[in-house]
Amino acid sequence: MKHILKILVNNHPGVMSHVSGLFTRRSYNIDSIAVGVTQDPEISNMVIVVKGDDSVVEQVKRQLLKLPDVIDVEDLAYHDCISRELVLVVVKVEDSNRTEVISICEVFQAKIADLTKTTMTIEFSGNTRQVEHFMEMMQKFGIQEIARTGQIALKYRSN
Amino acid sequence: MPKTEAKISGARLMVELLEEYGVDIVFGYPGGAILPFYDELYKSTKIKHILVRHEQGAIHMAEGYARSTGKLGVCIATSGPGATNLVTGLTDAKLDSVPILAITGQVATNAIGTDAFQEADIYGITIPITKYNALIKSADDIARHFQEATLVALGGRPGPVLLDFPKDVQTELTSVRKVDKLKIDPRHYQKPPIGGDLDSFAAALNKAKRPLLYVGGGAINANASKEIKELAEKGNIPVTTTLMGIGAFPGTHQLAVGMLGMHGTAYANKAVLECDYILNLGARFDDRVAKPGEFAEGAVRAHIDIDTAEFNKRVSVDHLLHGDLKEVLKALIPKVNKVDRSDWVGFLDTLKKNHPLEFDDSTDTIKPQGFLQKLYEKSKGKAIVSTDVGQHQMWAAQYYLFEEANRWLTSGGLGTMGYGLPAAIGAKFGNPNKTVICVSGDGSIQMNIQELATIAMYKKGVKVLIFNNNFLGMVRQWQELFYEERFSESEWNYNPDFVKLGEAYSIKGLRISNKSEIDKALEFFLEDDDARILEVMIPAEEKVFPMIPAGKSQKDMIEFSDTVRAGKK
Ligand SMILES: Cc1ncc(C[n+]2csc(CCOP(=O)(O)OP(=O)(O)O)c2C)c(N)n1
Repeated sequence: MKHILKILVNNHPGVMSHVSGLFTRRSYNIDSIAVGVTQDPEISNMVIVVKGDDSVVEQVKRQLLKLPDVIDVEDLAYHDCISRELVLVVVKVEDSNRTEVISICEVFQAKIADLTKTTMTIEFSGNTRQVEHFMEMMQKFGIQEIARTGQIALKYRSN
Repeated sequence: MPKTEAKISGARLMVELLEEYGVDIVFGYPGGAILPFYDELYKSTKIKHILVRHEQGAIHMAEGYARSTGKLGVCIATSGPGATNLVTGLTDAKLDSVPILAITGQVATNAIGTDAFQEADIYGITIPITKYNALIKSADDIARHFQEATLVALGGRPGPVLLDFPKDVQTELTSVRKVDKLKIDPRHYQKPPIGGDLDSFAAALNKAKRPLLYVGGGAINANASKEIKELAEKGNIPVTTTLMGIGAFPGTHQLAVGMLGMHGTAYANKAVLECDYILNLGARFDDRVAKPGEFAEGAVRAHIDIDTAEFNKRVSVDHLLHGDLKEVLKALIPKVNKVDRSDWVGFLDTLKKNHPLEFDDSTDTIKPQGFLQKLYEKSKGKAIVSTDVGQHQMWAAQYYLFEEANRWLTSGGLGTMGYGLPAAIGAKFGNPNKTVICVSGDGSIQMNIQELATIAMYKKGVKVLIFNNNFLGMVRQWQELFYEERFSESEWNYNPDFVKLGEAYSIKGLRISNKSEIDKALEFFLEDDDARILEVMIPAEEKVFPMIPAGKSQKDMIEFSDTVRAGKK
């Protein structure tokens, strides 16, 4: 199953290797990893998405908590959460299908970030499923390049 | 906030911090990048520096010192090759939970990352093998890193830490000698509160008819021997220990069933099969002991540990308690009932009688098992014994009994050949009045044999016992049993003359090969507090039994008698 680990860490060099090293040791493939500083500049938030069985992820979680620079670990897979990923995708376009691409973008509320005679660069953000869906739609035009940020996520709040 | 005082160099500060912390001995080897620190060390009257012959020797000495005294072990190396020579020892200390502070020199900060002379990214290299490590970027950070590192090394489940100390940071001036607020969370060094339900935990134990305590190295780290004895005696519960747990429970106690696992006693492994409740105290269901899905499968399994990452890691358990073992046991014992379990204890006594440790002693050749029995008797079981890795290690674990913790020093987790001699030296520095014996093999001893010079230089009376079978014995044993006697690269017919080698370092030595020589040899070996080398020639085909083949379970144990029956003794 897919696990979304939200890891709060001290914001200094080397922490990333400490954390990712634990996944490497278990020969775990990280689907995506996104890191950014939090409201406290001394603390960063890492969101790591991995596939694996519950017991091994629980192990990794406990090992993570043993690292002095790790403040907290939470598996968001077990919570309702808002997740987003940003993608930039370059597709091939011709005069004949340009409008089709534009109308698909409209449906998805994707932004056209750049345009040339033969390509279109589109910016899209959404949850994993939306991103996948969108990429599928773009496939048929011929994808030339992709940049993805990896997933970020937050729990839904209740009042 | 930092207190302001007169400025001193980073190197000076590091030495003063070590002194204030109470470190009075460090093991190390100098080099360019650590010279400012060595210059300050030269001026210290409180810290004795032991000059080794190889940095791996330094860290194993620090380990032997730490494990035999319960204190922090400190070792020093220069940058690059000096630092990388510590890698094996750091890994060893990580796997066996030994509190070690390694201080390494590093090239100047402006040269870091440029492939400068003698530069290695020891910080990066040691991330997976330390509990904590840091590259000190400014002399103002030394105090914080020092405090954090020492707390982490000894706190919770102990382990190695490394501080990488660039040359310019050693000479940089600072006035920050103490920090009030550490960056790391107290959970990394404070004793955790007891986690789990003591009542239901105790209830399960009280219900057991055939309970067994399975004691690991964590029991020694937690200094919990007294409580374990109390628990065992109160509940009439037999005790088996892992290789790392040897000494945590008196080896001659009526309730002791010896070591379990791959080369554990037959009665310990049978006890695991027969028990209806097994309580793991600070062990980790290591693969030499427990096969997941098959280990004590008929029993209720319980676990007490300070490290939550050990819970359900390899073997799933029914009951667990988190915390410092000593504290948890103190809280648990009053809830444990006095139960008459004489049936169960009696059953194990019969097992002990019917399945003793055995070997064939009918020839004139020296059998290592018999030799070690004699060594045990002659040294009254009072010695500190370190070992290397191989058959000799297992024979020593089986035949030398320990009444106390911190007297058995062996590389359990990593299985590091080359550990024994330096560990013994470190232990002797920590325990100058005790007999310290290194039990080694002709293979292992040559991995750090250069440290004989350290023995000679400091006149340390370490006793070095070498079982010589002209083979990498344990490798041979596996090849004999599982590779149809294809002895690929395990035989060597070239050993140095170990006795002469000792003489070259002014260490007295003796070689024996006949059983009749044992008594005299032991007298010579133990007669005074001087260093000795005793080379004991043993048959190459001698094997360690019982044996559970790798990856198999207690059910698949091969006993000595099985091999005799198969005509293969
Ligand atoms: C550094 C290292 N290299 C290799 C091994 C693999 N190994 C385990 S036991 C052994 C043989 C040890 O031979 P010796 O020291 O002569 O002891 P014996 O088994 O003969 O008692 C070897 C090579 C090891 N444990 N450590």
